[in-house]
Amino acid sequence: MFSLLYLLGAILLVGGAAFLLSGGIGLVRMPDAYNRIQAGTKATTLGTLLTLAGIACLRPDWALKLLLIGLFLLFTNPLSSQVLARAAHRIGVKQAPQTVIDRLEQDLGEKP
Amino acid sequence: MILLIAMSLLLSLTIVAAAILAIRGGQSLAISILAAGLVSLLASVQFLLLAAPDVAMTEAAIGSGLTTFLFFFVLGRVRGGEHD
Amino acid sequence: MVDSLIYLAATIVGVAFLLALWRFMAGPTAVDRIIAFDSLTIVSITGIALAALAEGRGIYLDVALVYALLSFLGVIVVARYIERGF
Repeated sequence: MFSLLYLLGAILLVGGAAFLLSGGIGLVRMPDAYNRIQAGTKATTLGTLLTLAGIACLRPDWALKLLLIGLFLLFTNPLSSQVLARAAHRIGVKQAPQTVIDRLEQDLGEKP
Repeated sequence: MILLIAMSLLLSLTIVAAAILAIRGGQSLAISILAAGLVSLLASVQFLLLAAPDVAMTEAAIGSGLTTFLFFFVLGRVRGGEHD
Repeated sequence: MVDSLIYLAATIVGVAFLLALWRFMAGPTAVDRIIAFDSLTIVSITGIALAALAEGRGIYLDVALVYALLSFLGVIVVARYIERGF
């Protein structure tokens, strides 16, 4: 009943769901849009990958399809996050008062 | 079975909330289009939970992907006439 | 045994879904709503995978693949629109 693969799958499944929950909490609690981009993209990506890995441990015959979904998420999600952050910076979304440094602003100021 | 019913109820709540946002709008028309896309996306999850994966795939590809893309394209073209 | 595990994971994922939905409804700027949309889509992918595990039907995972594609495409289109208006 308690095979090693089942135990690994259970831990990965619940751990991935916990990472998704932390991403949701970060999405609510973070002070400005840039921090929300970090919380809503990185934590959710890791949580989804862990959950898919857990499902692949529980049902090994679906592993190829789950690997495809995971690879696709791993490639596209940081890209969309970066594009969104750059668009937010360009239309001038306000930063939190705790922000100490803005490297993109410095780079844009130095260039011309 | 209980799991699917609970997921379906949660999805219905979300669809109604997103539809209200799509009608009343946030600050702009773009938010309304995004909310309409979310309605379509969650409706396709609802179709999936009703055990119709092919309908769900079609709804997701056309209702959420193509329609949202087309709306944003047209909105970018007619932007001069938008009263905001 | 697998059933109670799926229930636990689905409950946690449902709470995360509700939190992201709150941010989608209440987000002050458009960027907040877009990131909440992306997050809702990714959480939905996990929900679809859990439903596939609960029902035991592997065909549901194809829909999850279409979802991953659509999430990426939608966020790119919206970010491009708010950046320079096509």
